[in-house]
Amino acid sequence: MSPARAALRPALLLLGVGLAAGCGGDDDDGSGDVADAAASIDAGIDAGVDAAVVTDVCDPAPGEGVAFDLAAPPCEHLSSYRFFVDGPAQVPNQEVVPYDLNTPLFSDYATKHRFFWLPTGQAMAYSETGVFDMPVGSVLIKTFSYLADLRDPASAERLVETRLLVHRADKWEGLVYLWNEDQTEAELRRAGAVVPVEWIHTDGEPRQLSYIVPNTNQCVNCHVVHIEGEDITTPIGIQARHLNRDSGVGELPVNQLELWSEMGVLTGAPADAADAPRAPVFDDPETGTVDERARGWLDINCSHCHSQVGPARTSGLDLTVGQADPSQYGVCKPPIAAGPGSGGRLYDIVPGLPDESILMFRLESVEPEIRMPEVLRQTVHSESLELMREWITALPGDCGPPK
Amino acid sequence: MRSSLALSLSFALVLSPLVSACGGDDDDDDSTVDDTGDDPGDDVADDDGGSDACGDIEGRCIELSPADDGGAGGDQEALQTAFIDALPGDVILLHAGTYEFTLGLSLDVDQVTLRGEGEAETVLSFLGQIEGAQGILITADDFTAEDFAIEDTAGDGLKVEGGARIVFRGVRAEWTGEQAEDNGAYGIYPVQCTDILIEESIVRGASDAGIYVGQSERAVVRNSTVENNVAGIEIENTYDADVYGNTATANTGGILVFNLPDLQVESGGRTRVYDNDIFENNGENFAPAGNTVAQVPPGTGFVALSAHQVEVFGNTFTDNMSFQVGIISYYLTPFPLEDDTYDPYSDTLYFHDNVFVGGGDMPSGTLGAVVRGALDTNLGVDAPETIPDISFDHILNPEQVDEKTGELLPDFNICLQDNGDADFVSLDAGAEVPFAGINLDATPFDCAHDPLPAVELDGVPL
Repeated sequence: MSPARAALRPALLLLGVGLAAGCGGDDDDGSGDVADAAASIDAGIDAGVDAAVVTDVCDPAPGEGVAFDLAAPPCEHLSSYRFFVDGPAQVPNQEVVPYDLNTPLFSDYATKHRFFWLPTGQAMAYSETGVFDMPVGSVLIKTFSYLADLRDPASAERLVETRLLVHRADKWEGLVYLWNEDQTEAELRRAGAVVPVEWIHTDGEPRQLSYIVPNTNQCVNCHVVHIEGEDITTPIGIQARHLNRDSGVGELPVNQLELWSEMGVLTGAPADAADAPRAPVFDDPETGTVDERARGWLDINCSHCHSQVGPARTSGLDLTVGQADPSQYGVCKPPIAAGPGSGGRLYDIVPGLPDESILMFRLESVEPEIRMPEVLRQTVHSESLELMREWITALPGDCGPPK
Repeated sequence: MRSSLALSLSFALVLSPLVSACGGDDDDDDSTVDDTGDDPGDDVADDDGGSDACGDIEGRCIELSPADDGGAGGDQEALQTAFIDALPGDVILLHAGTYEFTLGLSLDVDQVTLRGEGEAETVLSFLGQIEGAQGILITADDFTAEDFAIEDTAGDGLKVEGGARIVFRGVRAEWTGEQAEDNGAYGIYPVQCTDILIEESIVRGASDAGIYVGQSERAVVRNSTVENNVAGIEIENTYDADVYGNTATANTGGILVFNLPDLQVESGGRTRVYDNDIFENNGENFAPAGNTVAQVPPGTGFVALSAHQVEVFGNTFTDNMSFQVGIISYYLTPFPLEDDTYDPYSDTLYFHDNVFVGGGDMPSGTLGAVVRGALDTNLGVDAPETIPDISFDHILNPEQVDEKTGELLPDFNICLQDNGDADFVSLDAGAEVPFAGINLDATPFDCAHDPLPAVELDGVPL
């Protein structure tokens, strides 16, 4: 066994303990489905009716396990859930699993800490092409922060917000917790906020911006698909191709999918992660061709809206990585409803001519009605622009002369 | 039905200091916004005893007044919180005043009414908006907006995506500055919706279409005013729309019925445009290039682009200086066409009982110049002094052509009846030598189609 896997053994043991406590699974009776919460909440109180129970759920008796009660309303304080043993330092509870993506969604140079928590004893089911099937009660946890100096991962970190995506019986619900100035606690914040942040950029220059914390309605502006007339909420990044990479946890690299299979939190995945799809790392040429990396970057940054079923389906532009028709992913495609977003250019992508392509115009703009993606994009992601430019320049063909 | 307990619990959870009692005083509004805005309070009541402006409603009436710190986040938080906490049946009443927002707002709860005290009295200002491609995004059914104005959004004004039974009544969407290409594209913007009613509304300054109904089914746009937009009203890839009683003036183009390629809703049809006053749509085209409407020549009254089953009657077209009425195919645009399933031709149109006054005297834009030149070149001394009232590009769907006459089969023809002394030109733009067969003879179009039925909205009384 590798040292990295050995280091994770305590987490596995704890998961086993939780299962042995016999509290897993049943979310319907609201009786507290987490080991420690179950021990600390008076039996027989009908959660969800008596307000006193709400208080108890959010002020659990001392314990170590995660104290998340799906039946209760959201807690005011993030710490109530005990997803972290040290929230300010983002040290997760041992039941909480950290993860990373091959190429993440760009979000104004924020650093992200990602975790998932599954109801005790439960696992998520692997999918080769879609989002993993996570059990009701699962929680995705993502903290957005700013390093004081982007060149130094060890520099001080200013936590801004922690988002939860909670798998309720009928939908995924987004919750946003805003970290306080003192960085001691994060409080539920539903209406959004504007938080001034500053950092030293990769070029050594100081930068600042008014970071925009989304309101909770905005969660579904990205985390939704529209299928047969129904809006269905969904996670985005929990897909094999994004997750098939080494874990940042432990001292030696270990593939996340293989690790989770071993931990028992993922079922149905190939024994060898080499048999699972893998998205390229956009700025690592060893992980894919220019075309693969560019399409991969567009997929994770744009396709949650720009797909056949996403909120931007009305635009007719489909930037999912599986879209094989060039005119569907923008080649020589006139814009629909772009307004000022066209920048006076005629087509989304003009092969060979990035500076005549609307796609580049929108990636290079920071104006709210022009920039893409629409949110957390007050800054330009310079690192990806080169790749997009290289990709469009190399695309074959042309859009013909104007008639 | 909700129990009163459930009601009071939900209130306790949702309270913002800016949510005031129905009929109560607004003077103690706390404009402090550093708080999370969800402290319990006692200043919200049910509709019992609420303001008259709340109307007779089944749900709650949530009343807001402008934050007294002049904005700075107070209005943002108050209205967004009201949207998040809304329950089906709620009315959110915005008392008179100017509300200031810097971020886009979004509503995802069905059956909510957002109501002001008049388009001149209740103003939602987005001047200085730093995020959001529209002012308000609605992704819900049974949404009603009435009696308020939304001004100076960074992008679109009010966008409703995928909603059913959507009503705009007495709403004004406006960009108050100069007409500029960085104005938002659309003022009132339902897309992929069903059963839409837009009435007594006003849109000014949109860099694409003031009122835009796209990829939708069943829409009524009536008794509204659109001015100083690039397009006044645009019905796009939509089935069953009635557009009537509207005033369209000072736009680049007054009223447009378009079908565009590469969209999920692939076509549209059955549109009636009637009893509208469409005059002096001679505004500069300030749409950014690339947008389809950037091709519309200043001075356009009405355009059917790749449109099918359209009935245009009882309208008055006055002094639209390029084309009072244009009937064209997608092939007349400069755009390539990759969509095999798309029908780029206009067919089955019926223009009757319209009044034409003036117009066509100062043809503008590329198309205006081309047509003026084609008339003069091909007709010489017989060329009309002004562009004829009704211009048809005569690019015909080969599958709909009568081989004997070379015109559209009767079922698909462009029919003209009782349009006063309106003159007509068939441009023959699709000929090998474009415009070679240009002519002023309207007799092949002396026909009639059955009238289209009035649009009825499912679940929205008219």
